[in-house]
Amino acid sequence: MSGTFLGMPSLPVFGTGNLHEHEPFPKAAHRELGNAQLRANLGHATRTIRDKRLAVVSELPDWEELRDAGRAIKESVMARLPELLEAFEANFTARGGTIHWARDAGEANSIVAALIRDQGADEVVKVKSMATQEIGLNEYLEEQGIAAFETDLAELIVQLDHDKPSHILVPAIHKNRSQVRDIFLREMDGVDPGLTNDPARLAAAARAHLRRKFLSAKVAVSGANFALADSGTLAVVESEGNGRMCLTLPETLITVMGVEKLLPAWEDLEVFMQLLPRSSTGERMNPYTSLWTGVTPDDGPQNVHLVLLDNGRSAALADEMGRSALHCIRCSACMNVCPVYERTGGHAYGSTYPGPIGAILSPLLTGITAEENNSLPYASSLCGACYDACPVKINIPDILVHLRGEDVDSKRGKKKLPSQMDLGMKAAAWALSSGKNLGLVEKALPLGRIAAGPDKKITKLPGIAAGWTQSRDIPAPPGQSFRQWWNKEHQAPEGAPGPYAPGTEPTGPQPTGTEENP
Amino acid sequence: MRIALFATCIVDAMYPATARATVSILERLGHEVIFPAGQACCGQMHVNSGYFKEALPVVANHVKAFEEDEYDVAVAPSGSCVASVKHQHPMIARRCGDAGLEARAAAVGHKTYELSELLVDVLGVTDAAAQLGSYFPHKITYHPSCHGMRLLRLGDRQLDLLRSVGGIELAELPEAEQCCGFGGTFSMKNADVSSAMLADKTANICGTGAELCAGGDASCLMHIGGGLSRQGSGVTTLHFAEILASTAEHPAAVTGDVRLTTGRTAR
Repeated sequence: MSGTFLGMPSLPVFGTGNLHEHEPFPKAAHRELGNAQLRANLGHATRTIRDKRLAVVSELPDWEELRDAGRAIKESVMARLPELLEAFEANFTARGGTIHWARDAGEANSIVAALIRDQGADEVVKVKSMATQEIGLNEYLEEQGIAAFETDLAELIVQLDHDKPSHILVPAIHKNRSQVRDIFLREMDGVDPGLTNDPARLAAAARAHLRRKFLSAKVAVSGANFALADSGTLAVVESEGNGRMCLTLPETLITVMGVEKLLPAWEDLEVFMQLLPRSSTGERMNPYTSLWTGVTPDDGPQNVHLVLLDNGRSAALADEMGRSALHCIRCSACMNVCPVYERTGGHAYGSTYPGPIGAILSPLLTGITAEENNSLPYASSLCGACYDACPVKINIPDILVHLRGEDVDSKRGKKKLPSQMDLGMKAAAWALSSGKNLGLVEKALPLGRIAAGPDKKITKLPGIAAGWTQSRDIPAPPGQSFRQWWNKEHQAPEGAPGPYAPGTEPTGPQPTGTEENP
Repeated sequence: MRIALFATCIVDAMYPATARATVSILERLGHEVIFPAGQACCGQMHVNSGYFKEALPVVANHVKAFEEDEYDVAVAPSGSCVASVKHQHPMIARRCGDAGLEARAAAVGHKTYELSELLVDVLGVTDAAAQLGSYFPHKITYHPSCHGMRLLRLGDRQLDLLRSVGGIELAELPEAEQCCGFGGTFSMKNADVSSAMLADKTANICGTGAELCAGGDASCLMHIGGGLSRQGSGVTTLHFAEILASTAEHPAAVTGDVRLTTGRTAR
């Protein structure tokens, strides 16, 4: 047993494991955008879930109040986390469970592997879990000679294909059913060679494959959606019932859960059981909700463990602006509405957590300076669709902007030469911090007209601005700015009144009036 | 009412016809428009790119410029810039440790309205044809920009105003609520994703058969218009203020790609 130390380390312990970009987001996105099949699959799937979610959310007259309640509960959990964790530990332990505390991915992995070995097992069945993906548990267990079998259908597809999940709820969202059939035919032992891409037949093939594992496994590994401090209860919410099999059949159950999943009391579950299914699968309620409180003699697992994982969560909690990212209940509504995610898919984000929540959570857990994670906060047009969809009202756009500020500040004074963006921002700060300066810059507008040439558009720019002209023209600037026009109208009392000069009769735009070519 | 116009930097420098149209609409309604001379920019390009330190003088300038004159309300023909004035200015002042500026920024933000918000909520405009003489005999579609829609909750204000213009035909834009992909420096830093978003937006626009796409933010319109121009679509973009300002006697000119530079007629 690894004791009860959690505490606040003197230095923040950042997260390790599958939380990193290995190349900058724009580079990864460029590659993913080139995959036409991926884009078609994603566009179809996200649109379908989006519409379903909107329909079930609009049924509830108190949806906004539910979101507010969800946020308020999570805020209070974050404010009282140490106290609630200790209460949970006391209740979970009193009911026969065992708690382990893990500072990072490495600690969590070795705790889980040791617990499996204690049972003399060399294979485990797994309930779909983000936390175990975050720490890279399957890969670690494989190194230790332990086989981990994913039992969630979509996770199974991804695992059989030796691929990575691209979505937190529908990990195989990037694959269509013909691709799934091909994977089953290639990788599944004893599969019917006449298998078609009919969803019912695909599900039947997976069921036959999984049933053998459920009946033979001695150890199951799960995550948890919620943990209730007042009773020491854990909860898993799922659609397929495969999770229920794992949680009830094996003798030993090991759960890995981030410390932020805690809720104070049973009654808080009421709020989240309304928020989560509607936000994630677009269902009024999910088919299977499993709750367990320690050990029940002669019923279900007799050997129940929970690994409480920090892995950068304390560091994220220390960030006043960013800490609400820990409120996330992993519903995936933000990625389903995100125009960036819809086009790049989840792999472009590198980390276990893709989409808008991943773009803030990954750098918060690892620190903004880790690997390429400083490119993630820029992977958004700040359109705000994610904030509107989030069931616990995480202000993702504001946190993205906050993290961009952290990124820029972390690089100040460290670069040998300022970047083009640094120089541009500095020059723009001068031009845009007084009306006089902007007026001076606007005097140069006619130069832009010369650059634009006779077709009155600019089609190619150098440096970082080339990103703009790769798909868009820039119009030739006008002959004079609004400011110049206004000053002429209002400082030359005898001058000819312009089309909108005060005191004249209503007129429409007279495009030719005051903007003649110089 | 005495109304202070915040033209916004992009309209001031690139789309002056939009600001002139805004002045025209407000004066037709009998209000006095002033243009605080010190104004420049809201600073959201700096803020949204993470350059908070550089944003501070831009924010401070805006607050000062809109404190100097006596006026009842300020207005800008941009949802995005108004959202920045209201939400980002106090935040930047706070982060830079200037509590005095934070309070002053909040006061300026409180008096600042987006154009359709001012027209509908404050000035009571519900019928542009009757109240402004608006006439625009063209088939258009409409893109609701993200910040007006989600940060200011403008709802259908711009669209309802456009619907009430004489002679206009409005075609509904499929997936209208999806971002056009502009996002400020996002369009350069993540040019490929931005371009993919733009391609879907322009395809939806062209699919409506409209002559032009109207909107309430010059930056998004420049982005969409730049894409439509590059594709040689013959479809263009136009700010809703210019459509409201258009009358039977003085129509806004719309032919081919001429409105790539709004306010000019190509000859």
